[in-house]
Amino acid sequence: MTPIATAERSVRRSAAWVIAALALVAAVYVRALAFTPLEATQGAAQKIFYIHAPSAWVAFLAFGIVGICSVLYLVLKEPRLDRLAASSAEVGVVFTTAVLVSGPLWGRTIWGAWWTWDARLTSTLFLWFIYFGYLVLRTAVHEPGQRARFSAVLGILGALLVPFIHVSVYMFRTLHPMPVVLKPGEPSLPGAMLLTLLSSLAVFTLFFSALVWQRYAQATLADARAAAQAEADDHA
Amino acid sequence: MGSVLREAWTIAAKDLRLEFRSRTAFLSSLAFTALVLAIFNFARDPTVVTATDLAPGILWITFSFAGLLGLNRAFALERENRTLEGLLLSPISRHAIYLGKAMANLVFVGLVEAVALPLFALFFNVPILPVLGPLAGVIVLATIGFVAVGTLLSAIAVSTRFAELMLPVLMLPFLVPPITSAVQVTARLFANRPFSELVAWLKLLVGYDIVVVVTALLIFEFTLDE
Repeated sequence: MTPIATAERSVRRSAAWVIAALALVAAVYVRALAFTPLEATQGAAQKIFYIHAPSAWVAFLAFGIVGICSVLYLVLKEPRLDRLAASSAEVGVVFTTAVLVSGPLWGRTIWGAWWTWDARLTSTLFLWFIYFGYLVLRTAVHEPGQRARFSAVLGILGALLVPFIHVSVYMFRTLHPMPVVLKPGEPSLPGAMLLTLLSSLAVFTLFFSALVWQRYAQATLADARAAAQAEADDHA
Repeated sequence: MGSVLREAWTIAAKDLRLEFRSRTAFLSSLAFTALVLAIFNFARDPTVVTATDLAPGILWITFSFAGLLGLNRAFALERENRTLEGLLLSPISRHAIYLGKAMANLVFVGLVEAVALPLFALFFNVPILPVLGPLAGVIVLATIGFVAVGTLLSAIAVSTRFAELMLPVLMLPFLVPPITSAVQVTARLFANRPFSELVAWLKLLVGYDIVVVVTALLIFEFTLDE
């Protein structure tokens, strides 16, 4: 099989997985809405938890992958690692956006404010900024080798920055007590809710993997087509 | 190690000599800094918020913007004159190139800060003299962290489209740890708080400096064309 045909098959297969994962996400949501008990004080608003928490988990997973792939790329110079880092960053930004959108929706009903400069909120916002910058950088460099090296450098710096930002904003908050931030601490979840949460985590991880795979397959296909085009140009 | 530092200083001295001859970047950075400070005057209500409450934030926002402006200069000039290849062909290590550029940036940003600080004290009536020593120390620490990341990112940014816009977009998240620490320490210095209240922030600042300088030295070579 030609590289293009292989890549095309991979795009189709991953698309099937994306659809399957989406169906499972829907199934978990049916469970969350219909078969999981209402939280006593928050009521229906708490249901957003089953999008918010798994999205946050997936976002961290995505950016962890970007960091690891960036280090490995600089050592091995393997284009596949760069493609994986790029795919993971892109999907990660989507899930971080989901966290930043679902958070205020939940916060409005429970805290009474769309936005507070709560530590976790602030660090998630900067997480978004870092990886959005990463994606913007990728669009601003044409030559693939250079793009891969630049992205890897930024990917490593970004991964190092995340814990520093986390510590800064936590210290900022604890040393400057804010007017009561009604932060529901990790609730000790009852069994039914915990099961829903765990299944949503698993399903979101699957959904994330399928999306990254799909994105990765598309990047591979684009590269294979570009290579074939370059070869045809050489012959002509 | 000694030779790397000597080579780095050669590069830094070259950059600074170039800058000293034209003075365009330095003078425009100074004018920009003075303007930002003056414009802040319109953004505050002195009857509601006292100058000492607002001053640390004003000082560090001004420094960040002034620094950001100067950072692209180091590699932009080399690129304009197509001299980066020459620099890469010369028998000096990549570490020395990075250190040299960072040192020149440090001197450049440091000079702008040295002029801006008295101006800031004058405009906002903040008594900086009693805390000048510690304040200078914090400024040096925060500027090191700022310049270490900025030099590395500007080496990337100059090779992209929209270099002037790219650097701030990539750079501003990296200012959160040093600027937060610096603002907190500065505020406590102005308020005459005991040293024990500063320690945690200083540790964060020093830790950040060490991590970014070491990382930048390790990965700088990947920002250059092979």
